Amino acid sequence: MDIKGRKIYGGKAEGEILKTNEPISFLGGVDPEKGIVVEKGHEIEGKSVRNKVLVFPKGKGSTVGSYTIYQLKKNKVAPAAIINKKCEPIVAIGAVISSIPTLDKIDMDDIPSQGRAIVNSNKEAVEIIDF
Amino acid sequence: MKLTEEDEQILGGEQGGAYQKAMEILKTLGEIYNADSLVDIKSVQIAGVSYKTIGDAGIQFLKDILNEGEEDVKVRVPTTLNPAGIDIEKWKELGFPNYFAEKQMEILDIFRKIGVNIECTCTPYLVGNRPDIGDHLAWSESSAVSFANSVLGARTNREGGPSALSAALIGKVPRYGYHIDENRRPNIKVKIPDAESLESSEYGALGRIIGRTVQDEIPYFYFGRNPGPNELKSLGASMAATGAVAMYHVDDLTPESGKYPIPDREVTVSIEEIREEYIEVDSKVDLVAIGCPHLSYEELVKISRLLGDHSVKIDTWIFTSRYIKKKHPKVVEKIEKSGAKIVSDTCMVVAPLDEMGYETVMVDSGKASSYLPNLEGIDVIFNETKKCVERALNGY
Repeated sequence: MDIKGRKIYGGKAEGEILKTNEPISFLGGVDPEKGIVVEKGHEIEGKSVRNKVLVFPKGKGSTVGSYTIYQLKKNKVAPAAIINKKCEPIVAIGAVISSIPTLDKIDMDDIPSQGRAIVNSNKEAVEIIDF
Repeated sequence: MKLTEEDEQILGGEQGGAYQKAMEILKTLGEIYNADSLVDIKSVQIAGVSYKTIGDAGIQFLKDILNEGEEDVKVRVPTTLNPAGIDIEKWKELGFPNYFAEKQMEILDIFRKIGVNIECTCTPYLVGNRPDIGDHLAWSESSAVSFANSVLGARTNREGGPSALSAALIGKVPRYGYHIDENRRPNIKVKIPDAESLESSEYGALGRIIGRTVQDEIPYFYFGRNPGPNELKSLGASMAATGAVAMYHVDDLTPESGKYPIPDREVTVSIEEIREEYIEVDSKVDLVAIGCPHLSYEELVKISRLLGDHSVKIDTWIFTSRYIKKKHPKVVEKIEKSGAKIVSDTCMVVAPLDEMGYETVMVDSGKASSYLPNLEGIDVIFNETKKCVERALNGY
């Protein structure tokens, strides 16, 4: 059964789910070289976002975070797809300039904290395939 | 969001990759905020210019989106920049690191090639880009956004670097937020008992309190006497730094103050509270930095009067736009006679002060006093302009 959301940036991607209920600051919070969450005390500190379906409520922090997302992509350590509760401009622009399929308006409780998902942004849908 | 036929063609890539990406960014933003259309803009001011802020990631993005030389990409409306990380002419003399200056010049070259005016200032409205009432803009610098909306009656949201660049390439922005009347209504009154005794230099401190208190609301101020543009510049800059105030009204003064109903909710601030905002730390000052936002001509004159014929005993940097500096050489010469340096194209918030060995910086700006400790890990002392100049002259 598909979970429906709103398209921020189109495309289709599959990956392992990495989920947090805390907002993410990309500038300073995620290492752009390695793709590891480095914000001290963050729920997913130490985890890699590489090729994941990254699920978090929204972005926070500096608007330069959009460029950090772009750098993750350039370094081939970006998430495969992004799912937000409410997308704000830092993540939205980061997704557009980095061409990462992204959906928002998705209830965080609908996504399990492990397993795999297919994000089909063109159809504004998420399919959980293994949990 | 409805796009014109031409906009749809741009989105389809008919004018090349740079314009296509720019349109994708504007469309995405417009849809997030439920904009009904794109609106034509008069000017753009782009943030994310300093190498210290955007780093290699920013350089990479700018190079890639503009496809470096493969397409003839140009901005479509007059566009200026926020402060960069160095004074373009004096960086060596002031001790900025070489590698940093090289990266910074690379960034400025990218902007220059696409037709951006390389005037790097947070006060575009003081350098010949003064919008009219009702003009739509895409400005980034939070203090300039506040000044444009509140004091000039123009209309702009606070754009991030990529969205401002996109707006410059397309000449439009999505119509939402401060572009629309109903989002410009005041929602909280600010009263200051004894407002007559509020000093001109205390508007920055007042702004720190109000920004923290109202966050992103639109305050409606009552003052004992009408503040001038320099005072409003400090007030707006502080409120945008400690909160996210992008617009305010001043009773009987700002252009839209009579346009909307006056809100019922009210906050009161006393002169004593305002004076308690000043920050002192127990260490020797090693840099006095004045000019956040960049000083106007009148403010430069005030500094030169305070300096008199004396010499400074601590490094003293006075920040103003290159435009004002060139236009008023006499006051610049008089200030520099004291040993203080007039610094342009940059400011204390985006220059790499920490890499240059400065540890305790004294400022007269509510905005700088709020950003410096976060951005640089630097100790900050905050007091009025007169006290900053006294400290520079006395050297303690």
